[in-house]
Amino acid sequence: MNAANEVAPRSPAFNVDRLLDDRSIRIIVCCGSGGVGKTTTAAAMALRAAERGRKVVVLTIDPARRLAQSMGLTELDNEPRLVLGTTGDGTLSAMMLDMKRTFDDFVEANAEPERAATILANPFYQSLSSSFAGTQEYMAMEKLGQLRAFADSTGAWDLIVVDTPPSRSALDFLDAPRRLGSFLDGRFIRLLAAPAKAGGRAYLKLLSAGFGVFTSILGKLLGGQVLSDVQAFVGSVDTLFGGFRERADETFAMLQADDTAFVVIATPERDALREAAYFVERLETESMPLAGLVLNRVASTDIPELDATTSIASAHRLDAESDGRTSALLRIHAERASALDRQRRLAERFTSAHRKVAVSTVPAMAADVIDLDSLRAVGAALSAHGHSTKGG
Amino acid sequence: MRAPHRADRSWGTYPQDVPAPNDIDWDGVRLHVVTGKGGTGKTTVAASLAIALATGGKRVLVLEVEGRQGLAQLFDVPPLPYAERRVAIAPDGGEVFANAVDPQEALLEYLEMFYNLRRAGTALRKMGAIDFATTIAPGVRDVLLTGKAKEAVRRKVDGVLAYDAVVMDAPPTGRIARFLNVNSEVAGLARSGPIRTQADAVMDVIGSPLTAVHIVTLLEEMPVQECADGVADLVEAGLPVGGIIVNQVRRPLLNADSQTAALAGTWDRDTICADLIRAGVLTPSGTLVGSSDIPADHLIDSLLLEAREHAERLALEQRERATLRSLSRPIYELPYLSDGVDVGSLYEFAEELRGQGMA
Repeated sequence: MNAANEVAPRSPAFNVDRLLDDRSIRIIVCCGSGGVGKTTTAAAMALRAAERGRKVVVLTIDPARRLAQSMGLTELDNEPRLVLGTTGDGTLSAMMLDMKRTFDDFVEANAEPERAATILANPFYQSLSSSFAGTQEYMAMEKLGQLRAFADSTGAWDLIVVDTPPSRSALDFLDAPRRLGSFLDGRFIRLLAAPAKAGGRAYLKLLSAGFGVFTSILGKLLGGQVLSDVQAFVGSVDTLFGGFRERADETFAMLQADDTAFVVIATPERDALREAAYFVERLETESMPLAGLVLNRVASTDIPELDATTSIASAHRLDAESDGRTSALLRIHAERASALDRQRRLAERFTSAHRKVAVSTVPAMAADVIDLDSLRAVGAALSAHGHSTKGG
Repeated sequence: MRAPHRADRSWGTYPQDVPAPNDIDWDGVRLHVVTGKGGTGKTTVAASLAIALATGGKRVLVLEVEGRQGLAQLFDVPPLPYAERRVAIAPDGGEVFANAVDPQEALLEYLEMFYNLRRAGTALRKMGAIDFATTIAPGVRDVLLTGKAKEAVRRKVDGVLAYDAVVMDAPPTGRIARFLNVNSEVAGLARSGPIRTQADAVMDVIGSPLTAVHIVTLLEEMPVQECADGVADLVEAGLPVGGIIVNQVRRPLLNADSQTAALAGTWDRDTICADLIRAGVLTPSGTLVGSSDIPADHLIDSLLLEAREHAERLALEQRERATLRSLSRPIYELPYLSDGVDVGSLYEFAEELRGQGMA
């Protein structure tokens, strides 16, 4: 008996193993709204792919402490580390994204030491690299690009699995880098930066007094230092980044390539499914290939024949006369059976609008992931659905 | 009046080692900031708390600061403008107003106030200047947002406070201390000028007993960890930590003895079998009523497995609850609603929060 058939009976089965075994796939992006188990799913898929013979690196973002420990990640050092204890011919490396470190590394790798030091010390750079909305998404993409380049040049990995930053909206992952890119590449910031460059002066003069008035107000509002920090920053990184927007566009294009597959992750809850639906539609618009939907924390039961109503009525009948244990068993089952009913109704709304989307379901696990074995169990559950229905 | 039913609520247990709250735990607090890990139900709790605080003829304003229109969805009203609109009536004549605060609008308001530049605002916006100013340094954005909360707390109409309380649906726990601690945020930014002055005025309210920062969590590892980290961050920043609201608490269906037995697998199958026959679940010949192909053994195995998994989840929740207790803050609990949250649930939650002394 499989929960998947119960919750999304009419959807095609998402054959996760076929995806993991497909050597033409080089990048798997796991996305979904916050709190749906994205990181765990990414880690479980990566482990399973490695144990099926692939050389995998998984980029996790903000993993739960115990999940990180289960893969031997004890510190956030922004470098992939080989995970020990995997079986088979493949390998698994895992890393946690440190967005500030990624940004710093990038600056240090691309500017001569003196200039890099100036940039790193710039207060505007410091707030940009640690707390800007969109920086985490931008840096996740940047890191993905780096891993890809390294994989291509060294052959260290043939599959990169990426987790995406936690956010209310799954779409942020696609939009935030370009938003940040446009902002940093925007007209106003360039105007501000203009005095730092010789050619900019004349242009600025042409802009009339309006601009000057505003910069002076801005200076008063924010403090004059801010503007000069921004000017110094933009002036010093301008050539370095080859344009923020351009760079964001490049990584975006990488996600549209044939060797990238998206896995959308949700739980059978209203909000998570709504976000998943937005994301699925968006992927279609952007011609980005969707491999399937993973539904996490699905209620499951081995005895669907005993429904919630019968179960609770029988528990009531027993309450008066027994010590309550058997009635507790029936109540526990009734709670599950009704959760399953509710989840089926919610999933139905998604699946009827997206009939072609393949679905894999993972039953709610009583315990957290604490070691490779429990991560392996998640991977097995992810793949169980595809297998059980493959023949049929 | 202390809620008499607190100890015997069916779906949760109030931690006994935390000092029992006063009649109303947050007397004197006028700004309730509600934070929590994403996905824990911050907005739901903020809305419910607003109704709870408004109950009995009070006026309460609830502020949204992340531009998601979560409040409008919850209260089932059209998207909120940057204006204070009444969104709900509380029991016994209270009123709840809501406002979706937009930093760009707030900045334009400022420019008008200090420089009489409202009309130039459109031009500045086109130029990307407003976007720039509200994005350039997270501090400025936060000063504008918290500034609206401060203004609403202080506002008087004809010498009377405009609102009895203000509730803010705040950014997630990971960012809350930095968001509220605007003073240090703008310290390196504006050494003088209106933003600086504003930051000081905001801190006069947010750093004072007028404010309490409540944290919403679930009984799961990550949210509880973030809650603990959030309390530590707030304490370090010298910000007033409020209560902890445990959301989506599910009713335990096993008592302590049964939980142990379920984990150990020591339940007596014969008794269960007899009970199931008596309850009409099994036929006397030992198959599921209505499905003769399901034998008693399979049914009992499955029920016991489900019970063990339930017991494991309870054990996990008990560990998380212990971590929350160790934070020594008042704890409130809201039940899990299997059919999701709607406007009616907000009133139910408001009643719970009042019953538990939060409002």
